[in-house]
Amino acid sequence: MEAVVVRNITKTYGKEKTVAVDNVSFSVGKGEIFGLIGPDGAGKTSIFRVLTTLLLADSGTASVDGFDVVKDFKSIRNTVGYMPGKFSLYKDLTIEENLNFFATVFGTTVEANYDLIKDIYVQIEPFKKRRAGKLSGGMKQKLALCCALIHKPTTLFLDEPTTGVDPVSRKEFWEMLKRLKEQNITIIVSTPYMDEASLCDRIALIQGGKILSIDTPANIVKAYPEKLYAIKANEMYPLLKSLKDYPGTLNSYAFGEYAHATFKDQMRNLEDFERYLSDKQLTGIDIKRIEATIEDSFINLLN
Amino acid sequence: MRTLKFLLRKEFRQIFRDKSIVALIFFMPCIQLIVMPLAADYEVRNVNLAVVDHDKSPYSQKLISKVIASGYFKLQGYNASFKEALSLIESDQADLILEIPQGFERNLIREDKQKLFVAVNAINGTKANLGGSYLNSIIGAFNADIRMQLIQQPRFSQFPVIDIVPSNWFNPVLNYKIYIVPGILAILVTMVGGFLSALNIVKEKEIGTIEQINVTPIKKHIFILGKLIPFWVLAFIIFTIGLILARVFYGIAPIGSLFVLYLFIAVYLLTVLGFGLLVSTFCDTQQQAMFIMFFFMMVFILLGGLFTSIDSMPEWAKLVTRLNPVRYMIEVMRMVILKGSGLRDVLPHLAAVAIMAVVLNGWAILNYKKTN
Repeated sequence: MEAVVVRNITKTYGKEKTVAVDNVSFSVGKGEIFGLIGPDGAGKTSIFRVLTTLLLADSGTASVDGFDVVKDFKSIRNTVGYMPGKFSLYKDLTIEENLNFFATVFGTTVEANYDLIKDIYVQIEPFKKRRAGKLSGGMKQKLALCCALIHKPTTLFLDEPTTGVDPVSRKEFWEMLKRLKEQNITIIVSTPYMDEASLCDRIALIQGGKILSIDTPANIVKAYPEKLYAIKANEMYPLLKSLKDYPGTLNSYAFGEYAHATFKDQMRNLEDFERYLSDKQLTGIDIKRIEATIEDSFINLLN
Repeated sequence: MRTLKFLLRKEFRQIFRDKSIVALIFFMPCIQLIVMPLAADYEVRNVNLAVVDHDKSPYSQKLISKVIASGYFKLQGYNASFKEALSLIESDQADLILEIPQGFERNLIREDKQKLFVAVNAINGTKANLGGSYLNSIIGAFNADIRMQLIQQPRFSQFPVIDIVPSNWFNPVLNYKIYIVPGILAILVTMVGGFLSALNIVKEKEIGTIEQINVTPIKKHIFILGKLIPFWVLAFIIFTIGLILARVFYGIAPIGSLFVLYLFIAVYLLTVLGFGLLVSTFCDTQQQAMFIMFFFMMVFILLGGLFTSIDSMPEWAKLVTRLNPVRYMIEVMRMVILKGSGLRDVLPHLAAVAIMAVVLNGWAILNYKKTN
């Protein structure tokens, strides 16, 4: 069964009709972790706001658990959990008070659904008398997740939950999501971090309000059309410039300490290319064939 | 109902955790009611007077000491020439010049007639006006005294004279404080209620908590009620503190029934809070809300009849005051506290304020959108 269905959603803002979401369609299965991957301003938050009934789309339809986002918005508000990108709990209330408040607002109690949040809550429980505004970034995220889960939602919308959170907390956070998936909760998560994409069941790469590709992370990587090379030299900037100037280069970009590049005709003659680089006075040259990552796929789709 | 209870608990917690707000809520009435009425006084005292006495006779001396002894004037200069006295006005040291011509005493006795010259610095209109008329009446009294001394009164007055003796009701000694304190109390309750409620929903918008609230199944009217009731209660507390202060410091106890007073306040606060919430639903930032409230508060207060009488306003302004809740509040405060009006007397005011309360709160609920 499809938990979330989005059909041809378009949303524009303001008089200039700035397009935020451009004819987007996708569907998410029950109990799936679905990632919306894209840079800032790609339209991720707008999609979330449409699905959580906070925003009316200009055209198109969407449903969550079979409820239409326009007609049955009241039912949706009872069944979904939403964690906005910006921390939006009451900073002047304590952890405990925030949790109790949101439980009550949804007509339930903390005790009734404690098993669902237990794993996460025990980590912040020692600080339950502390005000939410005084928590660290990672603890804030955990609290926000608890509050979004407290009414046992069927679908969870997490808008950039790990932005501004340290790597350890990010890892922990994704482990928590995996555990929630086991409870058959559908999770839609957005992130600008490509390394988190591989942790989703399926992802949609999104840019400028358009979906570039939807598939499992493995398939997206597999669909990478060219052979990809990682090239290293002691002089990074001249290397990038040389790669750009090389007539056989299809695409090249910096990627950490390496530069990634693809070449025309799958690069039959690697020696020629090595010679070209040494002629450019580059030292410590290292060329290796690598597998594409999600980020490479994304960059490829952008071009 | 359970949701509302929790909403209220949350709001009260938030209010009482904000130390500056709590301080403001309890200090503001104290400062405004204890200090302000002492300073904001209509009675013009300490009018600075410069005297130019060309006569230097016992009569002119008598006149001058009578003027000074009235207590309204402070002698700033006893000058030899008008020019000299004028320089005092120019340097803002004097407000009035009284010039007594040469031969004042002689002419007054021999020719039964004398003219005095009074020059008034009209930059401060109220002070000049009142100072001028005080001086006039003192001179008039002085004149009457002299006539009594000089003219042997016949048994019956030859001219029929209508003697007017005014009697002031509800405020017999025209104590300015009795008049201003209920008004300040009305403004106080309005300001606290209006501003706090206007800033509240906007604050949730600003820090983003409204996003989280909007995806919950909370009903709009419950949410608005949850915002309304805490400030309603707070304003009641402030009003009660104000009444106690008025009793302790000024001895002003309501002559009318407290029930009528509180009934009216209850409805009136709904109006003010509804207005604040409406502004709140329109604005996106606290700054916007603050400025809009400030604008309306100024209009409400200046057209509310606290400082200037509504009866003396132009027709169009009188019409505007009919839509001004503060006007009804100030009127009712004075009616009930000073005059002892009953429920029947304030019924028209109550109806007007009730209609406004329904309209403003209804509008606020409609205008608060969970989806945009």
